Amino acid sequence: MIPERFDTWLTVDRKGLFCRPGGFHIDPYGGAQRAVVTHGHSDHARPGHARVLATRETLAVMTARLGTPAEVSSQAAAYGERITIGEVAVTLIPAGHVLGSAQVLIEWKGARVVVSGDYKRSADPTCPGFELVPCHLFITEATFALPVFQHGDAGEETAKLLKSRMQFPDRAHVVGVYGLGKCQRLIVLLRDAGYDRPIYLHGALAACCALYESFGVRLGDLKPATGAKREELKGEIVLAPPSAIADRWSRRLPDPVTAFASGWMRVRARARQQGVELPLVISDHADWRELTETIAETGAEEVWVTHGREDALLHHIQMTGRKGRALALVGREDEDQ
Amino acid sequence: MKAFAALLDRLAYTPSRNDKLRLLADYFEVTPDPDRGFALAALTDGLFFRLPFRRILTDLLGPRVDPVLFDLSRDYVGDTAETIALLWPGGRAGAKPPRLSAIVEALQSAPPAEVPALLANWLDQLDATGRWALLKLMTGALRVGVSARLAKTALSEWSGVPLADIEEVWHGLRPPYGELFAWLSAKGPRPEVEGRATFRPLMLSHQIDDKELPSIEPKDFIAEWKWDGIRVQAVHQGGERRLFSRTGDDISGAFPDVVESLPEGVVLDGELLVMRDGEVAPFNALQQRLNRKTVSGALLKSHPAHIRLYDILLEGGEDLRALPLVARRARLEAWHKRNAPRRTDLSGLIDFTSVKELEILWADARETGIEGLMLKRRDSPYIAGRPKGHWYKWKRAPLVIDAVLMYAQRGSGKRSSYYSDYTFGAWRDGDAGEEELVPVGKSYFGFTDEELKELDRWVRNHTVDSFGPVRQVEPNLVFEVAFDSVHRSTRHKSGVAMRFPRINRIRWDKPAAEADRVETLAAMIVD
Ligand SMILES: [Zn+2]
Ligand SMILES: [Zn+2]
Repeated sequence: MIPERFDTWLTVDRKGLFCRPGGFHIDPYGGAQRAVVTHGHSDHARPGHARVLATRETLAVMTARLGTPAEVSSQAAAYGERITIGEVAVTLIPAGHVLGSAQVLIEWKGARVVVSGDYKRSADPTCPGFELVPCHLFITEATFALPVFQHGDAGEETAKLLKSRMQFPDRAHVVGVYGLGKCQRLIVLLRDAGYDRPIYLHGALAACCALYESFGVRLGDLKPATGAKREELKGEIVLAPPSAIADRWSRRLPDPVTAFASGWMRVRARARQQGVELPLVISDHADWRELTETIAETGAEEVWVTHGREDALLHHIQMTGRKGRALALVGREDEDQ
Repeated sequence: MKAFAALLDRLAYTPSRNDKLRLLADYFEVTPDPDRGFALAALTDGLFFRLPFRRILTDLLGPRVDPVLFDLSRDYVGDTAETIALLWPGGRAGAKPPRLSAIVEALQSAPPAEVPALLANWLDQLDATGRWALLKLMTGALRVGVSARLAKTALSEWSGVPLADIEEVWHGLRPPYGELFAWLSAKGPRPEVEGRATFRPLMLSHQIDDKELPSIEPKDFIAEWKWDGIRVQAVHQGGERRLFSRTGDDISGAFPDVVESLPEGVVLDGELLVMRDGEVAPFNALQQRLNRKTVSGALLKSHPAHIRLYDILLEGGEDLRALPLVARRARLEAWHKRNAPRRTDLSGLIDFTSVKELEILWADARETGIEGLMLKRRDSPYIAGRPKGHWYKWKRAPLVIDAVLMYAQRGSGKRSSYYSDYTFGAWRDGDAGEEELVPVGKSYFGFTDEELKELDRWVRNHTVDSFGPVRQVEPNLVFEVAFDSVHRSTRHKSGVAMRFPRINRIRWDKPAAEADRVETLAAMIVD
């Protein structure tokens, strides 16, 4: 029997989602006394917390990205390790989103709550796969929560990039990728497709790639794009942050084909708005089918929806006879990672 | 269908003409018959299915998709067909997608009642890109930025056969163009199209420059007015009447009125105009009739079309193109006198003894619809393309105003890192009595690459607001904008619209307050 309504002990305050009997926030905004961080993306892992619990990989990302100061006390948890915080037990479970990403299982007085963080269920060789945890309350992300989002096979999208490279051998192919996760996943997808040429990187991507390698993810031959001769980049694949692909930075490249690897690329208006010539639908988030199937598989009778397109998912949750609620969390509008 | 869908998808996102040609050529090279022939037909608007398409889709969606989810999706995606393609609960595992040719052949022969079931089955078998391409194909409007002309150019580049040769046979052929592909891949003879209503590539003119003007002598040249319409070729051969645009697009469907009275066995060259009571209407009126597949009775009545003829290429099966212009002109006059087809007349010749005199005549010409002068060498044969030294056009100097840059938008393709599309405005009195700028036009050419770099920098340094790819800038930079004419417009806040505006000069020096007013533009309207 579940002792109390969930919203009496899981609340939302200025810093975000708060677990009262554990005395901690999950992915809080602003400095929290105690934070459990699901993964290293900047809208989840923020600076200024006094105490942080996360996976070893996520802590490493935070140190690399935020330069975590020495006075922060951080605690690494292995996947599946049950840790007591206050009155509750917390377990981090693989979320399959990026290196180190975790769902948070919270157990208190017989109630089981899972906070999904960002997750996906399709294969990704750069991080452990999503594990399903049955629960009473499932707090889910909703980045791609519209039925139009059905991410296909990432291998086929990679093949599209390689085909284009053959068709336009005199042009560079510059692909917009998010620095943590998408970048390394695309590199491994290319390597798995047999592409063994050097892959050129915008300077902003180098640190995360080095970090992945230090955790044993092999990325092959990577070279800095900055400083490479224009002539040298003909026919090559160059990865850059999305903000750089259609801006002044890209002018150094020989007649680049502008590509962008993102779940948003499924919608034409989105791709066109960003001036993309070769959209690649590769997403690190769950698509509509994964979101709805995961909700059903957790067995949860109640589902809270965090950042994203809540309307459609809440409608679905209600139509399937569950209790649904939208959590308005600050700083999570239209996330892109 | 997978290859065709991938091609359309790629074309839709590819701005560069050369890159499109490459993609098309690659497709023609690797795709078997008859699929590539049907793809070619679809790209050149040669496939048209008469289907109650919207109703079919509504019926199919009803039992499959929750209406609330559909509406939310439609709002986000912005396009109904794309929304359906994306959210169709299909992608049946292991399904073998149908071939393009199988789809087209089934659509051409299936009884209408069976189409919904066929469509549902195909949608189930295709992936999202395939579904999107299928729905585009069925609506008959691909809109992937490929004109019929570009598709034919790709055929020419892929095969090495000159474009003019392809144009000559094109309209005698039908999808899926087996004979054509056999010929282009050197596996068959040139298709036999004599006696059929095909397009003959046009003879085009050069802009005359001041140095050449003195060489124009009445003994060598004839002069005609250059009418402000569109160049067309009217054909009646093999029992078929056709009207072609200058690029060989078949526009007969939109202009049944001008071809219906042409007698058999003739190919004519002339200017398509809208004429009311013997007067040429402004170009705007003709525009109402362009870009349509069919035309309503009301429009035929309110905007009657007319061809002003200036050349004859073929008469009674005899090819006249090798004759000198004056001989063709005599044949044209005799032919017109004999047949006098309705809605046609002859473009008159202008008597002149010197270029000076022509200039005076032109300055005095107040008739609307005159865009300039044509000077044609008396002994020119009719040569396809733009041969040097035969035909000249002498256009009026363009109209110009000074306008103020208001918004800049990112370009596409090679220009996607530059703010290269400019919206400019003119001054008028605002409601509160103060001066305000209202947009009067938009242009993305007329400047050099160097100037583009400077403009891009200026835009970035003077942005006051931005919305997506558009930046609003401080109203401080003046463009001298050239344009061909100006018309009333209800779609523009300023009430006026320019035809063919281009950035003539960037007036870095000119204060914005001295730019022109909307009233100045309005005074240039010719109605
Ligand atoms: Zn994330
Ligand atoms: Zn997120």
